[in-house]
Amino acid sequence: MHNSRDVQVPFGPQHPALKEPESFLVTLRGEKITASSVKIGYNHRGIEKACEERTYIQDLYLIERICGICSHSHATAFAQAVEEIAGLEVPKRALYIRSLIGELERVHSHLLWLGVAGHEIGFDTLLMYTWRDREVVMDILSLLTGNRVNYGMNTIGGVRRDITPAQAKEVLKAVDILEERTKYYIKIATQETTIIDRLSGVGVLSKKDAISLGAVGPTARASGVARDVRKDDPYAAYGELDFKVITANTCDVYGRTVVRVQELMESYKMIRQILKDMPEGPITVRAPRKIPAGEAASRYEAPRGEDFHYVRSNGTEKPDRVKVRAPTLANVQAVSKMLEDRYLADMPIVIAAIDPCFSCTDRSIVIKNSGAKNSKTVPWEVLHVQSIEWYKERRGIDFSALNKKYAKAFKI
Amino acid sequence: MIQALFNIIIFPGLLFLFTFALAAEYIDRKLSARLQNRMGPPWFQPLADFIKLLGKENILPCDADVHIFKFMPVLALTASVTSFLYIPLWQPKALNSFNGDVIVVLYLLTIPTLTYFLGGWYSRSVYSMIGAVRSLTQLFAYEVPLFMSILASALLANSWNLSEIALFYSQHPGYWLFNFIGFSIALISLLGKLEKTPFDIPEAETEIVAGSFTEYSGKLLAFFRLSIDVEMVVGSSLLAAVFFPFGLGLTPVLGFILYIAKVLFIVSLISFLRTVLARLRLDQMITLCWKYFAPLAFLQVIINLILKGVFLK
Repeated sequence: MHNSRDVQVPFGPQHPALKEPESFLVTLRGEKITASSVKIGYNHRGIEKACEERTYIQDLYLIERICGICSHSHATAFAQAVEEIAGLEVPKRALYIRSLIGELERVHSHLLWLGVAGHEIGFDTLLMYTWRDREVVMDILSLLTGNRVNYGMNTIGGVRRDITPAQAKEVLKAVDILEERTKYYIKIATQETTIIDRLSGVGVLSKKDAISLGAVGPTARASGVARDVRKDDPYAAYGELDFKVITANTCDVYGRTVVRVQELMESYKMIRQILKDMPEGPITVRAPRKIPAGEAASRYEAPRGEDFHYVRSNGTEKPDRVKVRAPTLANVQAVSKMLEDRYLADMPIVIAAIDPCFSCTDRSIVIKNSGAKNSKTVPWEVLHVQSIEWYKERRGIDFSALNKKYAKAFKI
Repeated sequence: MIQALFNIIIFPGLLFLFTFALAAEYIDRKLSARLQNRMGPPWFQPLADFIKLLGKENILPCDADVHIFKFMPVLALTASVTSFLYIPLWQPKALNSFNGDVIVVLYLLTIPTLTYFLGGWYSRSVYSMIGAVRSLTQLFAYEVPLFMSILASALLANSWNLSEIALFYSQHPGYWLFNFIGFSIALISLLGKLEKTPFDIPEAETEIVAGSFTEYSGKLLAFFRLSIDVEMVVGSSLLAAVFFPFGLGLTPVLGFILYIAKVLFIVSLISFLRTVLARLRLDQMITLCWKYFAPLAFLQVIINLILKGVFLK
């Protein structure tokens, strides 16, 4: 219901709080949010379709570029699916290296999140500190892989670079520094009054809602749902690693913060264990260029939650279909629930608390023969004419002359 | 006549005040950057920002009330500059003084906040309007503790004239130490007045872009920013005059240095606080001010009344 006292505030697609284009429309009464709606789809890049046009190896690098932060997650999930179809036995050492990079990636992602969260609640000092310390893990990642974000570590059938003992020593040194810093952040997050005031009781998502809305990753775990692909469906080396699934039952943003900082500690533990137990041996097996027909689904616990990849092959060197469901798509449904009866001031941190990655999430959806009464199929030419009319009517811009010029130039 | 013009234009008027304000902004930014483990800006950055903004195009929103929109930055600056004339700097006597000027100074310092409200409200942009309402809501929360803590100090001196208050404390050395609670409250309220973290709610970047200033650009924004800097210096000078009234009888040069040191000390406290705290929510801010700061300021009033009754008969 729209009331004259209500104010509608557009929160995006361009807004200082949002690092990517997405739109939240909130209705405010005073400072209270009475209604909110989420709209994504501003950054659709057509990656899934592009994958069908490329070979598996090319796809691996394309898939890696879905996300600028959890790039290794997507690449590993895709590689796992292809390896499953091809029936490849990936060497153990490669699995350990995948887990190592995966955990280092989680460390950098969670530190990044902590900084962003600090910024959203107007605590820039936390941002400056965590991002400074994040450089330590970024340096390690570039030492191991040659790159800071898109590591290019995976290949179908294993990994591309080995870890030398000297590199392992550097990693351990960095982990010691990071562990000490993380302990300090845990102290800040759990003791600093203004932070606790701003985070606790904000963005509540009950356990029941978390399950019914399908939340994943730290968002679900902070609502007491012990959901972690690394434990539930172990991949890479996680079956042999010793770690706890961190949960919290405060169900709020504070819980999500605590879960993430505690997960950092678990990651350090795992990194040490990986480096200690890493078996000797080859790092890759030879993969065929043409992958036999078949299909596979692969799950991966990205820093933001469960990342799901589906690959179908038709026996050629290019996949028939690639489907990516990034964790944000699972979590974004919960945002409207979390914003119920909250203040405008809580909005940035509630959105940030799911650690959204909207560009990774955006997919186009085609609904064919949905059965709805007024649904009809519109051919491209008609749609084209309609769009010109729409701009003429609503925006007063006439594209028809320009359109004719280009039609002639390109001989459409 | 020439003396008056000199006072208005050069010292302690516009020129000195602008220089000092930009220097204070530099100290604030540099200090907070160093506390955050950053490099911070070079010394001329505030001036460079100011000049750059002056050269930029003024964009007026088509729905805005043009006259109010343009007038508000000037009014904000005028109010803060005027109030500076009544504050004793390094002598017990200010440039101008009359009985009751402490109230006038406090009211003149309220005007910038009102201009943020009016400027934001008449921008007619949704972010500006929310920011404007927040400015005003916040004003009602911090004004009472601020007034009470400053008037508590005036109460002890038995005068509502800033120059006489300064004179009293220089004649009764050591008494200013009793105003410590009042100083803490006034300092925190000053953070609210200057809209700095944790009270930068009206311009919370991640929520409402830049609050009241969202639609401001070019020269108008430059003057708004300058007026905030001037307000910081004037507010700090007021706090220094009321709560640190020592060393007022020194030679002009020493006294001037001491005055600068006092103001910079208060500015440093402001940047320290804004670095170590997170932004509060509006409801939390109001609770804090009314539930804790107002009673504490009241406690200061009672302490001063007792002091006055027992020691200063």
